[in-house]
Amino acid sequence: MSRIWSWIVAFGRFWYHFIVGDDWTVAAAVAVGLVLTWVLNSAHITAWWLVPLIVVAMLGLSLRRAKPK
Amino acid sequence: MTGPAIVLITTFLASAVEAIEMVTIVLGVGATRGWRSTLVGVGAGFAVLAVVVAALGLALSRVPIGPLRLIVGALLLVFGLQWFRKGVMRVAAHGLAGIRLHPEDEPPEWSGEGFDWLAFVLSFKGVVLEGLEVAFIVVSFGANANQLGAAVIGGVGAVVVIGAIGLVLHGPVSRIPRSLLQLVVGILLTTFGTFWSLEGLGVEWPAADGAILGLLALYLLTAATYITIERRRVLGFNPGT
Repeated sequence: MSRIWSWIVAFGRFWYHFIVGDDWTVAAAVAVGLVLTWVLNSAHITAWWLVPLIVVAMLGLSLRRAKPK
Repeated sequence: MTGPAIVLITTFLASAVEAIEMVTIVLGVGATRGWRSTLVGVGAGFAVLAVVVAALGLALSRVPIGPLRLIVGALLLVFGLQWFRKGVMRVAAHGLAGIRLHPEDEPPEWSGEGFDWLAFVLSFKGVVLEGLEVAFIVVSFGANANQLGAAVIGGVGAVVVIGAIGLVLHGPVSRIPRSLLQLVVGILLTTFGTFWSLEGLGVEWPAADGAILGLLALYLLTAATYITIERRRVLGFNPGT
């Protein structure tokens, strides 16, 4: 049972690091960007520019917050 | 009816575009994380593809690929952004460590004893998504033109030829400094992730697949800009003093 539990924890940890990584705000902003793009696209409004804009902006914000490596 | 040569050339060229995306991801992940787990991911991806193609056959063209593009694209986008960010920080802090004449001297990013699931998942997803797209191209072109044999030769030929080019390039790619490689692979994953996730949402890109080059140019420019800003911030570099 404990082996199964540790496997589940390791599996969850893997996907957390894969998706969220060091800065959860970047993943959250991308998710919001995709939802907004879907809403705009459903309303027949051109929206291909939104996610690239969020990528560029969030990368800059995340770098400003990060400690130098 | 379209002739077999036309169908073969068309499916070869259309499949080559997808195969380039597949090989780019595998090459970048393998050179950065190490080859063992990456190649296991490639093998598992092709095995899943073979089962799906064998099970569905011509019904493959009716499978909705949009949700798959959205999920794989979104995952590659958020993960690619992490490497994009780390790559900018490392190149800004350490510069380019120089071309590695002996790549085996530097351990790969993954040096654990166990299996590198991250490399496996990245290469597996790249192969399954792009392989399915090649299969769709083959089935739709081949069935519409009633030339399935020529379409299969074109699609498989494209994957083999682009894969062979990737095999030749694997040596030179392994000599690229790790920090730069992480940045480049991060930019590529972010580019493909952006493109696929929005395609999955039904967004129409200007210039269709040509938008990938536009996204790549935007993200390369972004990287150059942020590296310059980070170098000034981290190193206190000021050309005026």
